[in-house]
Amino acid sequence: MEGIDGSGKTTQLALLAKWLKNAGHPVFQTEWNSSALVKAATKTGKKKNSLTPMTFSLLHATDFADRLLYNVIPPLKAGMIVLADRYTYTAFARDTARGVDRRWVRELYSFAVKPDLAVYFRVPIDVSVDRLLARRIKLKFYEAGMDMGWSSNAIESFRIFQGKVLDEYDRLVDEYGLSVVNAVGSITEQQRVFRRLVSQHLEIEHQDELIDESA
Amino acid sequence: MSSSTNPPEDTGANGAGKHGQYYSHAIPYLPLDSYPGKLIAIEGTDGVGRSTQIALLREWLEVQGYGVVETGWTRSELMAPTIDLAKSSNTLNKLTFVLLYATDFADRLEKEIIPALKAGFIVLSDRYIFTALARGGVRGVDRQWIRNLFGFAIAPHLVFYLRIDEKTLIRRVLQARGMDYWESGMDMKLGDDIYESFRAYQRALLKEYASMADEFTFRVLDARRKVDVIQDELRRQIAAFLAESAAPVPGRAD
Repeated sequence: MEGIDGSGKTTQLALLAKWLKNAGHPVFQTEWNSSALVKAATKTGKKKNSLTPMTFSLLHATDFADRLLYNVIPPLKAGMIVLADRYTYTAFARDTARGVDRRWVRELYSFAVKPDLAVYFRVPIDVSVDRLLARRIKLKFYEAGMDMGWSSNAIESFRIFQGKVLDEYDRLVDEYGLSVVNAVGSITEQQRVFRRLVSQHLEIEHQDELIDESA
Repeated sequence: MSSSTNPPEDTGANGAGKHGQYYSHAIPYLPLDSYPGKLIAIEGTDGVGRSTQIALLREWLEVQGYGVVETGWTRSELMAPTIDLAKSSNTLNKLTFVLLYATDFADRLEKEIIPALKAGFIVLSDRYIFTALARGGVRGVDRQWIRNLFGFAIAPHLVFYLRIDEKTLIRRVLQARGMDYWESGMDMKLGDDIYESFRAYQRALLKEYASMADEFTFRVLDARRKVDVIQDELRRQIAAFLAESAAPVPGRAD
């Protein structure tokens, strides 16, 4: 699942997981930047605003490698469906938007497992900002790209930074064949599209029957 | 821009790197151009006396009026606590091991090494990326991947490799601080016998360094000799290099 902050991908992922579990599929979820290994360093770096685009990138790659080996590959081997809230494309988009070499960051992640399906929830910057503001979410320093010094206003900085991230995602759609979901539509409509995409990779078209069997 | 996901075979940190410049993947927001400083790396396994030699070199250079900055492996403000913790809890695997090294190195490169070089210092680096290449190589990390990873490093002006043989190395490490988990390669499950594992690991490490000595044209020094003999040799080579590179020598006190 890919998309900028405020694209609604986390909501969509939760609904998808519910559907899969209901259909009797073992599901394993893993979230970007969640491993304990680099938590302390990331926290220190963020608190002191001392992360550079390169160390930011490398810390996330370390987190990813840790989760890949503990939270992605074992559940895959065990026959589970792994739902990743953000994957390598997040690094490609964000790190490049921060000015890291585009080719270097792709090579950095060449150890990653290629996903069976990568879905990108595309949303215009205005919609994303409106959603985040409506939830009264305080934009964080790095998420708003304020480390780049483009604007001292968090919302303005977020717009500039995430605008660049969106451009990078558009490039990735072609480069890696990401499936795009229009994330402006209603939650239900997006979920319908999402489930249709996923079901092409799974034998769960007859959802009701499966539920009946397991009941 | 390339859209290839397969790393090209000829990029990354390798022997073709131009001294004083990025190996292959310049940090786009940190252009180097020309700068007055010099980067000198002292490489070698444990027990070869790197820190002793660096302390003596620093003294010698400063007496001559050169500004000197030292940088040491895994000693970045950002990563040192995490690396220490990760090592003590054995939660690393071969990829995260190398990536933590790379993060530490990037932090020091951007915050210590490059600013010092631009300000005209001689940077003495206690170990350099070759330590990561050797340790990663021994652990079976893909060679091209790790070279690409460190492609943003600066090729040092000089790399001295303090070389010792397996037997001496083992004795010195045991004498200095004994075997530890990582330096014994216990994560590699080479065997239950810690001494055998330690020996196999150090032997493999020496082999990695030997192959890099050719690839990166290290200046190889026999580290079994006396401290002052090695120091004299280092000074002779560094003095010759500084003279020929016509570095802007700071005013002398005499």
